[in-house]
Amino acid sequence: MFGKVHNVLALAAIIGLTALLTGCGDTAPEPRVETAKAKAEHCVEPTDVMRRNHMEFILHERDETMYEGVRSSKHSFKGCINCHVPASDASGKPVNYLTADHHLNPEHFCATCHAYVGVTLDCFECHSDNPEGAAPSDSTHAALNGGADHE
Amino acid sequence: MNNTNNIDAYRRKFLMGVAGTATAITIAPGLLLRQAGAKAPGDEISNKNRWGMLIDIDRLPNGGQTVVDACQQEHGWGHEEESNDKQKAQWVRTVHVKEKLTGHEFDLPVMCQHCETAPCADVCPTGASFRRKDGVVLVNKHICIGCRYCMMACPYKARSLVHEALFDQKPHSPRGKGTVESCTMCVHRIDKGQLPACVEASNGAIIFGDLNDENSEISQALKAKGGKQIRADLGLNTGVRYQGI
Ligand code: SF4
Ligand code: SF4
Repeated sequence: MFGKVHNVLALAAIIGLTALLTGCGDTAPEPRVETAKAKAEHCVEPTDVMRRNHMEFILHERDETMYEGVRSSKHSFKGCINCHVPASDASGKPVNYLTADHHLNPEHFCATCHAYVGVTLDCFECHSDNPEGAAPSDSTHAALNGGADHE
Repeated sequence: MNNTNNIDAYRRKFLMGVAGTATAITIAPGLLLRQAGAKAPGDEISNKNRWGMLIDIDRLPNGGQTVVDACQQEHGWGHEEESNDKQKAQWVRTVHVKEKLTGHEFDLPVMCQHCETAPCADVCPTGASFRRKDGVVLVNKHICIGCRYCMMACPYKARSLVHEALFDQKPHSPRGKGTVESCTMCVHRIDKGQLPACVEASNGAIIFGDLNDENSEISQALKAKGGKQIRADLGLNTGVRYQGI
């Protein structure tokens, strides 16, 4: 008798927990590849290779360029941005990796996954997060430095 | 010669060919690097070259302000909104000089002099400041910790620290808060066989080229008329030389 009640309670708990888990954890976001797809038939490497190893490629390319002056590699960081980040969104504004309130912007190709997995995107503290020739960002980016009245 | 070497040689030849045609089409002939040993984008740099600049200040318009403007335009420095005038980045500036004895006055643009024995690289604790094989002195900002020892060591005050978060950097010229920067001799351009931005804007007053190649335009000009180093007494064998000072 008590065993039955326990079973029912346990079942209810499990169902409740599952509901809770699915409720708060969406499935992983898909990276936005539309922009790049419109420009090229395929990426410089197969998708699964890119997903696992893009950071290795960028790191290798970085040292080759920095120390050896090689600027033609197909794994160029600038190449990623030029292909994957649109020059502007539908309203004509650039798509930056940060939002005005300094959070990762899931609309930006790199930030979609980096925000989901909680891995910081240091690259764009120095590198441009936009393709060559994109429009300048809003003044809202002054938020990065604590606002316009910041001394 | 083994197989790999063959492939490498072939690749180099192929890249040279491709780069040659591409540049010829997209850039006016005057802007091409008139230089034997000019590099294709896919090639590695070599210690056979030592890149340098010879600045004739008598031929430079408005005391070198053209150089400052061109550099600023190319790399986007100097617009740091949150920084005061002393903190703002300055990769190249004009310096006014008056000789007390004669009263002779002149202006000259001063940027990183790309020293052969670079004091900035000597003192850097992380190896971020370094001299490329072809003589260009750079900061590898990926490992710069912003300690600014190099700024203190540089006798030419050629370096700046970025004091604030930046955005909208030029894609070819990454810059960021907490790292030191200075004239890169436009490596992003010379690595593709193009001229540095200031040289292009100087209307012939600055010659860029290979100091190691005695037949290059710069070596010939130095041979014919000489070229001074600023603070030659320091014995740094600078890659930037001046005429008319
Ligand atoms: S001029 Fe200054 S920054 Fe440039 S190489 Fe010499 S010491 Fe280094
Ligand atoms: S500021 Fe950066 S480049 Fe300069 S000495 Fe320190 S670590 Fe090296």
